Amino acid sequence: MKKNKFQMIFAASVFIVGLQVPGVSQAASATEDKMKSTGAVTMGVRESSIPMSYTTGDSRFDGYHVEVCRMILNDIKTKLGMSTLRINYQPVTSQNRVPLVQNGTVDIECGTTTNNANRAKDVSFADTLYVEEVRIAVKANSGINSISQLAGKKVATTTGTTSVQLLRKHEKANNVNFDEVYGKDHADSFLLLESGRADAFVMDGSILAGNIANAKNPKDYKIVGEVLSTEPIAIMVRKDDPQFLADVNAAIAQIVANGKMPGLWNKWFLAPIPPKNIVVGLELSPATKNAWANLNNKPAEDYQQKK
Amino acid sequence: MALDMGVFCKSTLDGEVVEHCFSALFGLGTNADPSYLDWLMKAWGWTLAVAGLGLAIALVVGAVMGTLRTLPNTGRLSRVLVHLSTAWVELFRNIPVLVQVFLWYHVIPAFFVPLKALPSYWLVSIALGFFTSARIAEQVRAGIQSLPSGQRAAATALGLSTTQTYRYIILPMALRIVIPPLTSEGMNAVKNSSVAFAVSVPELTLFAMQAQEETSHGVEIYLAVTALYALSAFSVNRVMALIEKRSRIPGFITASSDASLAH
Repeated sequence: MKKNKFQMIFAASVFIVGLQVPGVSQAASATEDKMKSTGAVTMGVRESSIPMSYTTGDSRFDGYHVEVCRMILNDIKTKLGMSTLRINYQPVTSQNRVPLVQNGTVDIECGTTTNNANRAKDVSFADTLYVEEVRIAVKANSGINSISQLAGKKVATTTGTTSVQLLRKHEKANNVNFDEVYGKDHADSFLLLESGRADAFVMDGSILAGNIANAKNPKDYKIVGEVLSTEPIAIMVRKDDPQFLADVNAAIAQIVANGKMPGLWNKWFLAPIPPKNIVVGLELSPATKNAWANLNNKPAEDYQQKK
Repeated sequence: MALDMGVFCKSTLDGEVVEHCFSALFGLGTNADPSYLDWLMKAWGWTLAVAGLGLAIALVVGAVMGTLRTLPNTGRLSRVLVHLSTAWVELFRNIPVLVQVFLWYHVIPAFFVPLKALPSYWLVSIALGFFTSARIAEQVRAGIQSLPSGQRAAATALGLSTTQTYRYIILPMALRIVIPPLTSEGMNAVKNSSVAFAVSVPELTLFAMQAQEETSHGVEIYLAVTALYALSAFSVNRVMALIEKRSRIPGFITASSDASLAH
């Protein structure tokens, strides 16, 4: 009688383990289970974060981070022994990206999310492949070369970004006053600069470069001044799935080890990109190079202390 | 889920808890970093300023336009005024308020350069005011037309001019009749002022979008903002109810004994 009971429990447990990971011997991951059962994965993307993550029209998405994510997902697909994996693209905004990853609508977010300690409470970040530097864009003929010349001037930035807080901190620390104007998105903020409602646009360097490249006359604008802040931009995944995060990081390490990163950088930042064949023209920064050499997912706070 | 209202006592600079929740606004704290509560109050002030200014513009312009639409056909001038006011109403009530805000902010200053010098909250107030004025004009017109035609005939029989007829006979009655729908418009002005965030007025909606991003306490932030919107709109309601009560003429139009039942 007693023996029978143990046999039954043993059999049952073998059965359950067998159900969870058929053929693959690794810890369970809710995200990967979902990928296997549905044959699809949802990637969170941005609409207009050129060249990191943006739409090329007809609900197709592309960009530096999007391509990296496709490589990662391809790697995981092979690891899971799947023949096909459909990628659904879900556009996200600055406001909804964290909640959408938290509630499982988005499996992997490949946009322009700053990895900071506050967000790391809600989501997990993969190893950083792009380090953003916050810079100032001005009109080329404005004569502004440094943030010190912006005191009392109109400074545009985008609502819902870390740059708003950065400007406030700078005002307090240096006892200067900016007249801040807020765009509702990056295109709107750039329009404020273009129409003369703002004298400068403070934002992530890649976004500034992308907007300038897209402008009617890119030569009218330039990126000037010191680096105001250094922030790691990372791929975001759900917090309660360490196995998926480990697999994503393993895939990233593989991509870096294969020496694919410099080529990706040239493709998205220095060469003409679809759909309009513009050139962003942002040189590879030492900070990003360093991130590739020492893969890590340190939050932005660690970068501030280093300076 | 657990709410952490302590987020409002944190500094907007470093996220540390400040000495007093109202640290900078009233100069209470020795630490002069503004807290999120300070910022929330400032944002509320902007919302009230935009809504108040917009409503003031709307009431004046709306009353004028609504009156003009009802002018009797007595000559060339009155026909022109009727057409003008009709065009005004149709123009401003057929364009979404957000589009009107963008028009006033981005498009119209491109043609009238002096407008560029105007602060953005003025432009939003004008946009909001004109949009609401079209609705108020229709209500004023409805109020005037709801009066028995005998009123106007009696005024004419007394030898009053058109201006005198409106000033002494028609408008004192009509404007009282339309107080309940005007209450709704006043409350709408408060709620519609949220579009001001789109043209960088640092009001409640902009505060909510930015602060929830900085603090990751979206639920608490939006709850507070919702409460302030509701409180503002309800105050408008109460003030209008008071005006309605005070301006009532015994034995006339306002049959309802409780003014608040009307809306």
